[in-house]
Amino acid sequence: MRLASLLRRTLLVATAATGFFACCLGSAQAVEIQYWQYVFDTRVQAMTQLIKQFEAENPGITVKQVTFPYADYQTRLIAAKAAGRGPEVMQLFYGWLDTFIAGKLIQPLSKELFKETEIEQEFFPIVSAMKRNGQYYGLPTAVRCMALFYNKDLFQKAGLDPEKPPQTLDEMVAAAKAIVKRDAAGNYTQVGMALDIARQDHNWWREILVRQFGGESYSADGAKVAYNSEAGRKALEFYTSLQKMHHVGQESFMDEGQAAFRSGLAGMVVDGTFRIASYKTIQTFKWGVAELPTVDGKRANFGSYFANAIGVGASGEKLAAADKFLAFVSSEKAMNVWLDKVGELPARRSVALTDANIKDPIYGPFIRGLGYAVTPPMTNELAQRQVSIDMINSVLLKDAPIADALQAAAEREQAVLDKARSK
Amino acid sequence: MTATTIPRRNKGPGSVWGKLSIATKQTVWAWAFLALPLLFFTVVRFYPTLEAFYLSVTDWDLLSEARFIGLENYRRLFADPAFWQVFRNTFAYLIFGTPIAILLSFAVAYYLDRVTVLHGFIRALYFLPYLTTAAAMAWVWRWFYQPPPIGVINSLLAVFGIPAQPFLRSVDQALPAIMVTSIWAHLGFQIIIFMAGLRAIPTSYYEAARVDGLGEGAILTRITIPLLKPTTVFLVIFSSIGFLRIFDQVYNMTSNDPGGPLNSTKPLVLMIYQTAFSSYQMGYAAAQTVVLFTILFTISMAQLWILRSR
Amino acid sequence: MSAVPKTPALPYAMLRPGRIVAWTVLFLGGIVMVTPLLYMFSTSLKSAGQVYDLRLIPADPTLANYIKVLSDGRFMRWFFNSVLIATIVTLSCLFFDSLVAYTLAKFRFPGRYVVFLAILSTLMIPTEMLVIPWYLMASKFGWVDTYWGIAFPGLMTAFGVFLMKQFFETVPDDFLEAARIDGLNEFAIWWKVALPLVTPALSALAIFTFLGNWTAFFWPLIVTTDQSLYTLPVGLSSFAVEQSIQWEQIMTGAALATIPTLLIFLFFQRYIVRGVMLAGVKG
Repeated sequence: MRLASLLRRTLLVATAATGFFACCLGSAQAVEIQYWQYVFDTRVQAMTQLIKQFEAENPGITVKQVTFPYADYQTRLIAAKAAGRGPEVMQLFYGWLDTFIAGKLIQPLSKELFKETEIEQEFFPIVSAMKRNGQYYGLPTAVRCMALFYNKDLFQKAGLDPEKPPQTLDEMVAAAKAIVKRDAAGNYTQVGMALDIARQDHNWWREILVRQFGGESYSADGAKVAYNSEAGRKALEFYTSLQKMHHVGQESFMDEGQAAFRSGLAGMVVDGTFRIASYKTIQTFKWGVAELPTVDGKRANFGSYFANAIGVGASGEKLAAADKFLAFVSSEKAMNVWLDKVGELPARRSVALTDANIKDPIYGPFIRGLGYAVTPPMTNELAQRQVSIDMINSVLLKDAPIADALQAAAEREQAVLDKARSK
Repeated sequence: MTATTIPRRNKGPGSVWGKLSIATKQTVWAWAFLALPLLFFTVVRFYPTLEAFYLSVTDWDLLSEARFIGLENYRRLFADPAFWQVFRNTFAYLIFGTPIAILLSFAVAYYLDRVTVLHGFIRALYFLPYLTTAAAMAWVWRWFYQPPPIGVINSLLAVFGIPAQPFLRSVDQALPAIMVTSIWAHLGFQIIIFMAGLRAIPTSYYEAARVDGLGEGAILTRITIPLLKPTTVFLVIFSSIGFLRIFDQVYNMTSNDPGGPLNSTKPLVLMIYQTAFSSYQMGYAAAQTVVLFTILFTISMAQLWILRSR
Repeated sequence: MSAVPKTPALPYAMLRPGRIVAWTVLFLGGIVMVTPLLYMFSTSLKSAGQVYDLRLIPADPTLANYIKVLSDGRFMRWFFNSVLIATIVTLSCLFFDSLVAYTLAKFRFPGRYVVFLAILSTLMIPTEMLVIPWYLMASKFGWVDTYWGIAFPGLMTAFGVFLMKQFFETVPDDFLEAARIDGLNEFAIWWKVALPLVTPALSALAIFTFLGNWTAFFWPLIVTTDQSLYTLPVGLSSFAVEQSIQWEQIMTGAALATIPTLLIFLFFQRYIVRGVMLAGVKG
């Protein structure tokens, strides 16, 4: 078997050679850090661009971006930490801060590099949700709140003034009724409102409508559910009436609310700042943004943000690189890239509240909304969100009475809150 | 068979090896061959099974140390109405899915076997879905089930004047809708197996039966089906296990509200996945996997018993 | 190698209309079966605006979606990963499963039945139950995000052992004895004498193992975090979620994931079907 032994010998030499070269090449000078976030198309693209810029300015550092589906994201982080492998910089929703601190996933920001007074001067006040025991644990690149997107062309065709979007909830329902179209069999061919519980509507209900009808969603410290009230009932009644009574929309029409709006078959949709960049690619119709409609003159909005934090495992060279990267993505430059690519508002006040932005027909309503937006503490965002989704579904799909559905959801969510706090 | 004619290849005539009996040599060779595989099965199958059982009696959640908590996980599981919904769903997939799949595939195999025109082509048509990736096809079907104006199935129904169905948006229709996807994917495999079983039946049996004057229907019930028993048992068990473990289709077809709406489509494996990887409660998830194992084991044993040869 | 005999076409002239009906129903059924595939390909050739036009033949077919998705670069990577993993695992199974099966079928030694039962019992254990311990094992040894991590659970299977054992039992002992007399050692006997006699079973096993690994989703989903290591099904799933419901993109991704298996099927149809049949007969 001369061929076999020849092959074997060649393989040995090849392996040895490769190993030798690998050793030599392995000693690269660059420090590599990892950045983790969950999958959101425009944010991933924006981060990719920022990473390129950062690497160009800091030749000794490479940043690797790793992404996961939303539902898995937290577990992946925690599992990685358990295996001793976490990222140096990671994204987290402001509401996850307590979990992440308890799970020892992140470390507080260095006080020299990220001065407290500077942060409080420059950023919007809602950034204080990232502070625990006098230390900041992360900084957001952008903040967001919600507004009403509307299709100007559909407004015009329905005989409404495209430059005068609805100001009150009643006007909104009336506009939706004018736009909605159904075929002979009763199927929607065009909806007045694009409804999507799983995306943003649960937030619209819980943080905005409940407040507008005179209630609160949670107690001030976030420990108790407070929407099991008359206000909560009215808010749930209103939201579900859009589909059940007014027939201006249907859940999962076009599978997702934002898909319905993009396709030009929805008159309006309640959505967040983060959707701006995606909607900007729409070519087939003109659209506009309006502040969320009022109820009895009351305005409300839900402000939230994803922040970036430093992983607990980062030290030495990697920590220095991570600090630099965090500072970079929280800088004015990065925020403007973010505004352009994602559409979320800069977290620094001076960057957001420029004349141009305030007067901008698209950013303006969001900036105004941010002025009175509330950022309630969140404990287990995934579970709490599921409670709202299931509650609305039980009314829409099973005709559960409003009061019962609300009661059941409140109890269920309270259990979630209690369990999390008892840990 | 002389024992001493084995020439000494590697060892001298006085070596230990040469003096061993054939039986002993066989044993040595056997264990030599089996050593690595057995190590593999132990490390990859047996040890993890024990570990899963162990985890199921702890409260480990990746954040803190695992604590022994006895049967607490199981108590919690059986007290959770969501679990019973999941349990019902899993059995619904089994109880409706398997009979439909078996009947359908048998019917197709039976008639396809008699087809001569374009036999290969038609067979390919039925087999192709089996080769597709569940994850990919789940998205195709999800699109099919959309409400008008984009849903293909609803558009077809509209042609016949049938009102649009909510399918994936209905707590009643969602599970059957997903089950159809799974039946569709595996039909080809089952048809081919049935056809193999059909062809294994000697034609002499049929000839003898016809000589005896039996009609087609009687031949079917008295000869074909009984002789297909091993094949049928194989497919019933295979199909049952597949339905009890369904995951890929549900995960991809309900990605915005997994297992929804209102948990109406959630099978046990999806619950396990969420418990372990969305809520990172490893101990609780391990308990759920033990329950899955018990169900699979019980059902398989029950089927083997019920369908055993008499 | 002759396959099992076909049931002969029975000369029942009276059933002709019945047979035509049966054929038609079967044919239409077959068309219904592949309709999802047809729509998938059809939509992948449509532009975004046309997706909602439900005609099967696109009005204005375009390859733009394919270009966009392929230039993404990740798809080729995912395809490569799937090919690599499936091939490695298949080769490993072919080697080890048949070795074990041969040993159990042809060797007499104490503990033979126990070993066989033990291996068979692993068929009862669902992978879903093992996934968490596997994940913990992989985390501990640093196998997360490695090819080894994705491949290791499947390198040997009880199903393969079971299947091959059935076929090895049909190999006449005389052949093996003759080889022993000729001076071959046991390993050589297996490799050169026994294996060639069971090639149909080997190809059946190869097909099943390859297909099973090609379409595997659950474990690869769990053990990989790095997108560059995703196998095709996992990559496609994450791609679809990313696309925020741009159906033409998703369908293109699904089509790309399906085309390789379809091509293999077209070329190897006979072997694949025969392999499945053989497994069914022996199963």
